[in-house]
Amino acid sequence: MAEHAAEQVREKVDAVYRSESRRIFATLIRLLGDFELAEDALHDAFGAALERWPKEGVPANPRAWLVSAGRFRAIDAMRRRARFDASQAAIAEQLGVEAREAATFEDESIEDDRLRLIFTCCHPALPPETRVALTLREVCGLTTEEIAHAFLTVPSTLAQRIVRAKAKIHDARIPYQVPSPPELPNRLDTVLQVIYLIFNEGYSASWGESLTRSDLSGEAIRLGRLLAELLPESEAMGLLALMLLQESRRVARTSPTGDLILLEDQDRSLWNRDQIAEGKALVEKALSSRRVGPYTLQAAIASVHADAPNAAATDWAQIAGLYDVLVHVEPSPVVELNRAVAVAMRDGPDAGLPLIDAILARGDLADYHLVHAARADLCRRLGRTAETRASYERALSLARQEPERRFLERRLAELG
Amino acid sequence: MKYICLGYIEEKKWETMSESERNAMLDECFAYDDVLRKNAHFAGGEALQSPRNATTLRWQNGKVSITDGPYAETKEQLGGILVLEATDLNHAIQLMSKHPGVKAGPFEIRPAADLTEMIRESERRRARAEGQ
Repeated sequence: MAEHAAEQVREKVDAVYRSESRRIFATLIRLLGDFELAEDALHDAFGAALERWPKEGVPANPRAWLVSAGRFRAIDAMRRRARFDASQAAIAEQLGVEAREAATFEDESIEDDRLRLIFTCCHPALPPETRVALTLREVCGLTTEEIAHAFLTVPSTLAQRIVRAKAKIHDARIPYQVPSPPELPNRLDTVLQVIYLIFNEGYSASWGESLTRSDLSGEAIRLGRLLAELLPESEAMGLLALMLLQESRRVARTSPTGDLILLEDQDRSLWNRDQIAEGKALVEKALSSRRVGPYTLQAAIASVHADAPNAAATDWAQIAGLYDVLVHVEPSPVVELNRAVAVAMRDGPDAGLPLIDAILARGDLADYHLVHAARADLCRRLGRTAETRASYERALSLARQEPERRFLERRLAELG
Repeated sequence: MKYICLGYIEEKKWETMSESERNAMLDECFAYDDVLRKNAHFAGGEALQSPRNATTLRWQNGKVSITDGPYAETKEQLGGILVLEATDLNHAIQLMSKHPGVKAGPFEIRPAADLTEMIRESERRRARAEGQ
């Protein structure tokens, strides 16, 4: 009987670890002012729970209990070390004073801690690829090995990058805080960029055989959801909507043999309706705000696609209109390319071709395989076989991903 | 905490500006330096003469070689140094983002290194060496 009860407590500790450990970690960083100390304190706190909860019962507020256990153990450890080091003694003393002063834990400040952690990991003073790794490690709780595997790097290289980032946070004194309102839009952009990078790495791996690494996309959506919950800014909602709407097509976009299936050829009954519904609701909400940003616009475009029961029924006029706005909000050659494709769908291939040729004439996307693939597609529809072949061949010489290469080879073979 | 702000300028761009443009820029910069001073954020600083007037010393083949010009020939050259007193990096970024000099060229912000402990150890080493 006692053994059964102990087993139940262990399960409870495991459950709390899964649902609360990152939140507790974020708070411990604030209280201890150091990532490493917080990491150790987190493990000590769960160790203490395993030891004491079977005897004393599970506390009413496990999270608060664990935060406080972690903090007192960290201070204890510092006091022990302090016998050898005077500077440690001063820090331990200071933390002890703060610990007594802040005996209660406001839920609100604990939620803020997770935002603080996100903004610190995505700080623009850290190198971009390190922001991604640090966010996955510290906010999502992935192991260094898992992250290295997902990004096809060596664990030791990645671990070194994370160590350097933590050293910079400490040494250059990057504060553990949510940016002030005037800084927020800029800083939020950096966070959204990190989340979308993680999503894209999972959605369309830039390298190798497999087209998708769904675990990373799942992590990015979880992060996006957390951010939109904690900071309901329109672009945070827009990004979450965009990811959900793209993710809804995951099953439909590859064949059983791993080949890429274009949007127009996808079996739309395979699209995930729950994700579409959630994404569409978020788009509506984001569009109703004063500032409409690029993520919201891209999500709105994805939402128009989601509305069409089949490819022929797509509302290309609305999509082309949304791209007109997007080109103004965030001008980029890739957005221009997408706009050209939408215009071709609305007004015919001969309307889109000059737009693509204009982009190519500027030399902006000369080495981007998709611009040549898009050009080939328009030429094909116009019956210009020689140009079609030349553009597909150029696209094939630039494409790196196996499924995309197979797709282009198929199209070339179809030309006969 | 002290942050050293290295201000770079693109000399060519500066030379092509009209005199009134240059004066306007200088006035803005000096006025902002005064704001920093008034709020005790300005812990020191110097403007540098043109890199044309620079001399570079290098240890080469066991002796000092002296060459004309700056250490690195780049489009943007170090134009001045400002020692900033700020609570943390975000504060430093905030203060320097408002500095009009950022429009003339990039600022590199570097936290000052605290060498107190290193110096103390060195003094102990030297004292020991002397005692022997």
